Amino acid sequence: MHRFANPTQFMRIANAIYPWAAGLSVILFLIGLPIALITSPPDYQQSETVRIMYVHVPSAWLALMIYGIMAGGSAAFLIWRHPMANLAAKASAPMGAVFTGLALITGMLWGQPMWGTFWVWDGRLTSFLILFFLYLGYLALGDAFEDSERGDKAAAILCLVGSVNIPIIHFSVEWWNTLHQPSIVKLGGDGVKSTVDGSILLPLFLMLGAFTFYYFAVLVLRLRSELLAAKIRNARMSQVATHAAIDPAAEGRLFVDSARLPRASAE
Amino acid sequence: MVRPMTGDTSAPLTFSGTNLACRRGGRLVFSQLNFTLPPGGALVLRGPNGSGKTTLLRLLAGLTPATAGQLAWNGAPIDDPEAHAARLRFISHLDAVKPALTVTENLSFWMEVWSGKAVESGIVRAMEAMDLKRLASFPARLLSAGQRHRLALARLIVAPAPLWLLDEPGNALDDSSLKALARIIADHRAQGGMVMVASHGAAFVSDGATLDLAAFTPSDVSHWSDAEEGEK
Amino acid sequence: MSVFTAVLARDLRLALRQSADSLTVVAFFAIATVLFPFGVGPEASVLARIAGGVVWVTALLAALLSLDRIFTVDYEDGTLDQLVLTGAPLPVVVLAKVVAHWLTTGVPLIIISPVLAVTLHLPAAGYGPLMLALLLGTPTVSLVGAVGAALVLGTRRGGVLLSLLILPLYIPVLIFGTAAIEATVTGVSAGPMLTVLAGFMVLALTLSPWATAAALRQAVE
Repeated sequence: MHRFANPTQFMRIANAIYPWAAGLSVILFLIGLPIALITSPPDYQQSETVRIMYVHVPSAWLALMIYGIMAGGSAAFLIWRHPMANLAAKASAPMGAVFTGLALITGMLWGQPMWGTFWVWDGRLTSFLILFFLYLGYLALGDAFEDSERGDKAAAILCLVGSVNIPIIHFSVEWWNTLHQPSIVKLGGDGVKSTVDGSILLPLFLMLGAFTFYYFAVLVLRLRSELLAAKIRNARMSQVATHAAIDPAAEGRLFVDSARLPRASAE
Repeated sequence: MVRPMTGDTSAPLTFSGTNLACRRGGRLVFSQLNFTLPPGGALVLRGPNGSGKTTLLRLLAGLTPATAGQLAWNGAPIDDPEAHAARLRFISHLDAVKPALTVTENLSFWMEVWSGKAVESGIVRAMEAMDLKRLASFPARLLSAGQRHRLALARLIVAPAPLWLLDEPGNALDDSSLKALARIIADHRAQGGMVMVASHGAAFVSDGATLDLAAFTPSDVSHWSDAEEGEK
Repeated sequence: MSVFTAVLARDLRLALRQSADSLTVVAFFAIATVLFPFGVGPEASVLARIAGGVVWVTALLAALLSLDRIFTVDYEDGTLDQLVLTGAPLPVVVLAKVVAHWLTTGVPLIIISPVLAVTLHLPAAGYGPLMLALLLGTPTVSLVGAVGAALVLGTRRGGVLLSLLILPLYIPVLIFGTAAIEATVTGVSAGPMLTVLAGFMVLALTLSPWATAAALRQAVE
């Protein structure tokens, strides 16, 4: 386990994964998108709007999966002081927020023709709205400290508190929803399940795969840039600390160093 | 009047650290730092601003985790922060005085926290040691900066603990208060207590050893890359 | 245990000496509730319909305002360092501070809530469940809020950030708190909802002091 705590070791594995994830994502998009958007048949009930599902379901899946990964990373960071686990959680958070936003927007676009309005307080949509706020809170807290290391731990604790609360929030909202709303056509899983058909499942799984591999590929890219940013920040700090004269030569040396590093970690 | 230390005072106490390093905000503040504090010993921490005197004291108190190295109490590694906290008193540059409470109430709160119950005689003794007796019933908000600091120092007396960690305790003190501080430190050491003081002018510690933190400041600008790769 | 009682007694004494702080929270609760009739109109049937929800929402906001202060003062004057170093388990210290917070803000909110419910024409059957639900729900509000308050120590704009972190976590309490009042008004038993609220309280009681302690430790690092 601790072997992966070493950034060089960790990045070696991450960099090995990167071409596979990126390649698979591109291939699956190339096959999946035409099937999902053009060749697959429209649903007998939802007609062409069913195609929104091929974006909505993968986004919703990633929104949840990324929060799970963040919770795991935060726990590993707090328990084993695993710096890379924290970095992975931090790098994932903006993507999780974007996919949650995408799931919400596609859900609303789907709801307009189905329900005649962009927003209903459907249990699932409402839960995702709250999840979106949890992501925003995580991002805001991580960014609110002068000392970025302090923000890391605080955000990790918040992430774990959130992951304990998500099931409670979800079941409360579902219960509240049944209390206040007569049954309506459910968005996402239930709607698909009731019309399970190979013609829908194939593009759905292709898109799920494409989205998931896209996430892992971008995660590696974000980890690389986060590591570089951390190293540049540390170099600056050391310079201040040792009262190094900020002369052009020193600046130049700093940038030479930071330019050398990506290759060092990519090797 | 002096009272014996609580707990294991019969055995001579030592407090030591080996190979201590601490990183703050991505910067290695000090590394390879070693010290041993014998029973009754005093160690004066010196060094320019930013050399990590406060960081080291907070690390020794168990507030800040060490990036590397090991602290030991009587030779045994310290792994229970709460047990360690119970045997030390930490005076920081923040005086932890509640302005709405009186001097007596401030002291009795800490006495209750540390020794289970507040005893009048113990509070009076602490106030006498730092010359606060006539201010006893005043709310702390009426106190001057120096008086508030004396109130913070009086906490050292209300409940005995073998290890004192003092961060610039002489700040804002007048001559007579400095003498009082020197006296309580000497009493504490006479009973086998240990003191670590971060200070610019240590007139209140006699015959203490000196630890110059500047000697442990990494000077190489590129040390961060080594530190990062070398970790675990 | 002496640490628990000492911290509790000290915080209560401080709150008593600075009672204006607690009164301000109650005053905020009142003024925020009184705004609603201006927003939705003074019609009794409309107000009666929303009374339970309005009281709960404003109570949550009022509690949130006061939570901002629960650790900030101790953090700024150095007391928090000392509280971490008492040698007693930090969750015990946290619990003492949360109990003090609940006694000085939660309880006043519960006491004044019927008066505000009167101005909103809450049906007579709703008063009992309103106060019971607040009694069971506000401890959870203090416990969960303490985690957030500890997390935002040392941040820029802590108060606003606290609301972003904590309000989403209050939604379950709000749902069941309001449902308990509505159930009784519509003639159904509020028992199950109150049981759920009690369950939330037990869960928060077991988890939140530890999370808060972890947050405080990283704050004083």
